[in-house]
Amino acid sequence: MSKKSFRQAINEALRLEMRRDPRVILMGEDVAGGQGGSAGTVDAWGGVLGVTKGLYTEFGPERVFDTPITEASYIGAAAGAAATGLRPVAELMFVDFVGCCLDQIMNQAAKFRYMFGGKARTPLVIRAMFGAGFNAAAQHSQALYPLFTHIPGLKVVIPSSPYEAKGLLIEAIRDDDPVIFLEHKVMYDDEEEVPDEAYTIPFGEANLTREGDDVTIVAFGRMVKLANEAADRLERQGIGCTVIDPRTTSPLDRDTILDCVADTGRLVIVDESSPRCNMAADISALVAEEAFDALKAPIRRVIPPHTPVPFASVLEALYLPDAAKIEAAVKAVMNHNVTEAA
Amino acid sequence: MQIARETLLRSYRAMRTIRDFEERLHVEFATGEIPGFVHLYCGEEASGVGVCANLTDSDTISSTHRGHGHCIAKGVEVSGMMAEIYGKSTGVCRGKGGSMHIADLSRGMLGANGIVGGGPPLMCGAALSHKVLKDGGVAVAFYGDGASNEGSTLESLNLATVWKLPVVFVVEDNGYGEATGSSFAVAGTQKARAEGFGMPYMECDGSDFFAVHQTAGEAIAHARAGNGPVMLHVHLARWYGHFEGDAMSYRAAGEVAEARRDHDCLVLFRRKVTEAGLLDDAELDAIDESVRDEIESSVVAAKAAPLPEAADLLADVYVRY
Ligand SMILES: Cc1ncc(C[n+]2csc(CCOP(=O)(O)OP(=O)(O)O)c2C)c(N)n1
Ligand SMILES: [Mg+2]
Repeated sequence: MSKKSFRQAINEALRLEMRRDPRVILMGEDVAGGQGGSAGTVDAWGGVLGVTKGLYTEFGPERVFDTPITEASYIGAAAGAAATGLRPVAELMFVDFVGCCLDQIMNQAAKFRYMFGGKARTPLVIRAMFGAGFNAAAQHSQALYPLFTHIPGLKVVIPSSPYEAKGLLIEAIRDDDPVIFLEHKVMYDDEEEVPDEAYTIPFGEANLTREGDDVTIVAFGRMVKLANEAADRLERQGIGCTVIDPRTTSPLDRDTILDCVADTGRLVIVDESSPRCNMAADISALVAEEAFDALKAPIRRVIPPHTPVPFASVLEALYLPDAAKIEAAVKAVMNHNVTEAA
Repeated sequence: MQIARETLLRSYRAMRTIRDFEERLHVEFATGEIPGFVHLYCGEEASGVGVCANLTDSDTISSTHRGHGHCIAKGVEVSGMMAEIYGKSTGVCRGKGGSMHIADLSRGMLGANGIVGGGPPLMCGAALSHKVLKDGGVAVAFYGDGASNEGSTLESLNLATVWKLPVVFVVEDNGYGEATGSSFAVAGTQKARAEGFGMPYMECDGSDFFAVHQTAGEAIAHARAGNGPVMLHVHLARWYGHFEGDAMSYRAAGEVAEARRDHDCLVLFRRKVTEAGLLDDAELDAIDESVRDEIESSVVAAKAAPLPEAADLLADVYVRY
């Protein structure tokens, strides 16, 4: 056990699984870096943000593949390799680039098993970074997990901390279905205690990062941290929150969400993705249908507006959910009956 | 070909403006005051300027993540660009796009682009507009050696040929896509690719304004005359990292220094025009000085400019909703 960053935790998960299983291979743009460069260095980058650094050096050119800038072909190649005996982990860099290869994910990898009558296995992991907060503007800041969640056949994972990232990525690599593994780009330097050995965290089992009696908050990825910050402040004001990190949007741990809502009677959902048809909408529908009688107040969603992600810092901050917005939403659901009576 | 004095002066000014704009951004970025990602075009100035000297506002171009040079070459206003990069309301995109999305449709500049390979299909569309509307315009897609491998690019080469569109595909080949060399990533040759699609191929030294201007002039004339697309392969060197902050450990020690010493388009231009007696040093010095002032005042103005307002967040998602 030692303190590790989100970046290190992911690197370690990849390294351990590559040591454990020779069928696990890595591919992506500059996942090593430096090939064909005049300095003759390889492993020059280890990915644009250094997440895969050192893996080429340890596993070499038979296991770690730099790709040309051709997402459709290499993501498709990863899917094809997965269906024929390898266990590829393909890095898409920014999830926004899925626009260049969605067919291979949506119409190919996701559907093999069902279309082929249960005869195929596609143990593919696609890693990509997502999210706003870096002034990376409209084409490099999206939180596209609802897009993948919408597609039957894909599993979708959003780790909320270094510990979560390591266990969930190892689970993803060992899983026999195509998994989209989404890393929030603002979190790579976050640190916490992470075990040195391999461990797995099962999909579809939510994590309660805290428990309280008054309000249930469901949050994803980086939003889990913000929800906990808000919950800290609210606790000092006498409001107790349960914070649920579902960990995976597909499968979704419906039972935990419904149980917690049954206990607290109030629900706030924090979702960084574009608001139409996002996870907040999905979970709202679930709770409206299955836990209507438990609700003491309308569900509140802390979500961005229906706009692309703006560039300027002031606008990006307005765009994103934050702890203050979460706190205000929790207070609003707490005050619902009070306001009504008044 | 005889180049008008006016064109020479304007082109030198544009190249100097790009150089100073980028060198200044390199310095300002290091202070942490500039948000987001910045990719510099230093060393590649003669390509954008040499090509665009053959275009007018009624021709269309698409650019890339490394877009500042193309914007300046196509006449986008410098202070508006600087303000955009600082995320200010006075920016050409009102602070909503930033470095990678600078665009000015009134100048026929359909945007820098955050998506590698995003531009070539768009230029097929712009060329289609020019062709259907019979306005005599051409479309120019600037893209890198890395982008030359994208399916969207290769499909565009085919579509432009099949539809006989007035497009010039300008491959700006600086030998790298991020940290990966084109000798690793690019199979075959650009020439064979062009020929494979049945379009003329031309190439030139991208540090020589005159070579670019001449070759691009022929390519653009070919497309403008209704003969279909052309590929123009421009050989270049990138003087800075892929993005600001890249330590370039994958490049040999002397590579950039050599490019700066032997292939500086501004030095080569000055030598040529003064030796030929076309322009004199005093005129060029005066341009240098005036550009220095322009860049300085654009930075001062950008820093002082107001931030976007809250209402801007929701504005302009649609024309009407
Ligand atoms: C579809 C897509 N894939 C990957 C990237 C990340 N990326 C940005 S620039 C770049 C390299 C582009 O190389 P090249 O086309 O040669 O242009 P250069 O940077 O050399 O000007 C990459 C891989 C991206 N922005 N879009
Ligand atoms: Mg390049």
